[in-house]
Amino acid sequence: MLDTPIHLEYTFTPGIAQSRFLRGLAEGRFVGQRCPVCGKVYIPSRGSCPVDGVPTGEDVALSDTGIVTTYCVVNVPFAGQAIEIPYIAAQVLLDGANISFMGLIQGIPATDVRMGMRVQAVWVEPDELGPTLASVKYFTPTGEPDAPYETFEEYL
Amino acid sequence: MSPAPRARRPVAVVSFAQAHNVRREDERNEVEMLMPVVAEVFANIGITKDDVGFICSGSTDYLVGGPFSFVTALDAVGVWPPRPESHVEMDGAWALYEAWVLLQEGEVDAALVYSFGRSSPGNLAEIMALQLDPYTLAPLWPDPVSLAALQARALIDAGRATEADFAAVAARNRKAALANPKAQVAHDRTVEELLGEEYVVAPLRRHALPPITDGAAAVVLAAGDTARRWCERPAWITGIDHRIETHAPGARDLTTSPSTALAAERAGVGDGPVDLAEVHAPFASQEGIVLEALGLGGNGGAGGAGAGSNGSNGSNGSNGSNGSNGSNGSLVVNPSGGALAANPIMTAGLARIGEAATRIWSGDSNRAVAHATSGPCLQQNLVCVLDAAWEGA
Repeated sequence: MLDTPIHLEYTFTPGIAQSRFLRGLAEGRFVGQRCPVCGKVYIPSRGSCPVDGVPTGEDVALSDTGIVTTYCVVNVPFAGQAIEIPYIAAQVLLDGANISFMGLIQGIPATDVRMGMRVQAVWVEPDELGPTLASVKYFTPTGEPDAPYETFEEYL
Repeated sequence: MSPAPRARRPVAVVSFAQAHNVRREDERNEVEMLMPVVAEVFANIGITKDDVGFICSGSTDYLVGGPFSFVTALDAVGVWPPRPESHVEMDGAWALYEAWVLLQEGEVDAALVYSFGRSSPGNLAEIMALQLDPYTLAPLWPDPVSLAALQARALIDAGRATEADFAAVAARNRKAALANPKAQVAHDRTVEELLGEEYVVAPLRRHALPPITDGAAAVVLAAGDTARRWCERPAWITGIDHRIETHAPGARDLTTSPSTALAAERAGVGDGPVDLAEVHAPFASQEGIVLEALGLGGNGGAGGAGAGSNGSNGSNGSNGSNGSNGSNGSLVVNPSGGALAANPIMTAGLARIGEAATRIWSGDSNRAVAHATSGPCLQQNLVCVLDAAWEGA
């Protein structure tokens, strides 16, 4: 048998819109962008509205609170796992955003996570912030009442 | 062989747009590169995304190293409400072929075809090696310049071309590119000047190589009355065909292109006079092979493969030696500068069709041939005949 390893290196270009999102993370805040046609706010924006196909030029500063729209409890160990199981991977819809993104939920037993649960981002220490989602350690429950299902059913 | 199928439903290229071809897009991602191109290809003919019933794209994720980059690229169009969409891991010229086939079926009347290629994020020489046979060839990492050099050497050894022929092709294409505002490399240099350059891989000098390009292009195809409504002088596709040769370069005669010749025959290149050709020959040494296979240049003798080697004015002086196409020596080859002016991977072939169509719309051409290639040393080839007149059934 002959091994023929293949290794390629790339320089990643996030693009103009996504660079704004990443720079926001380095400052400890979430920056989305609004579609000028339908008004939806995307985070992170890839530069276009995927519904209307137009540039999303306007930056929108979003709060770091939101709701869990859906989640899964990870019980299966896998290679490279950095977090102790069981843990919660959730789709988090930030207040003011029209699209959710994946985040970890901690500070709560895995059995207690719920759809509609209010959460807030916990950021790394200021000197550890960088242009990466690793700037967000995880989301943790705020203790506010759960959001009614009707308020997020569109985002499932 | 069975008779060549001809286009039955009139389908035309009615709009074309392309990004400024550059060495490196530092800021924009693929979606941000594509959006203005897609917007322009619609705006050119006053339509919107809602006017096309099918979308087909050509690209390869290997270029940017991102899985499903072709799916996220759809964000540049905004496919809502949903409609049929497809993608080929090939040059956009083959995406255009798929769209043309769908339009032949008659279910939709218009299609958007786009492609994009950003070569700057990775090492193109290594990436292109991965398109080769994974067992015996790819592990040797033969880069595309070296493979093209083998082909050029075979041409020289066969007495079919000289290094000066390659330089003449490069000089003519890059001079023509001076008139192409989207060109990446354009200049007016003499053959003697070019022959003074160092070899990159002998017998290819710097000038015989295509530039490394980040680019994007888009085309709108439309059928029948829709095409006539959107375009005063549609570029009707009277024939289109693509053929492939073995994946083993060592098993091919690299000095000829039988797949191009077969595609040209099936597309009906020789059925009428051709006054313009946009050929996708990334290396200067390849243009003569393609023109000869198209029946538009070669005379089979020494220097025959260097079609156009006598002309810095964009015309192909050796044309007409093969009278089968009925052309009279006024053939213009690569008025855009071809792939030597800009070679966005997966995009340069579609751009050839767009550039040829542009000349039909303007009246500069009545019957044009566009060619696209893929794979090492012209392995796979597509030939598209564009006509100002539709004389089909």
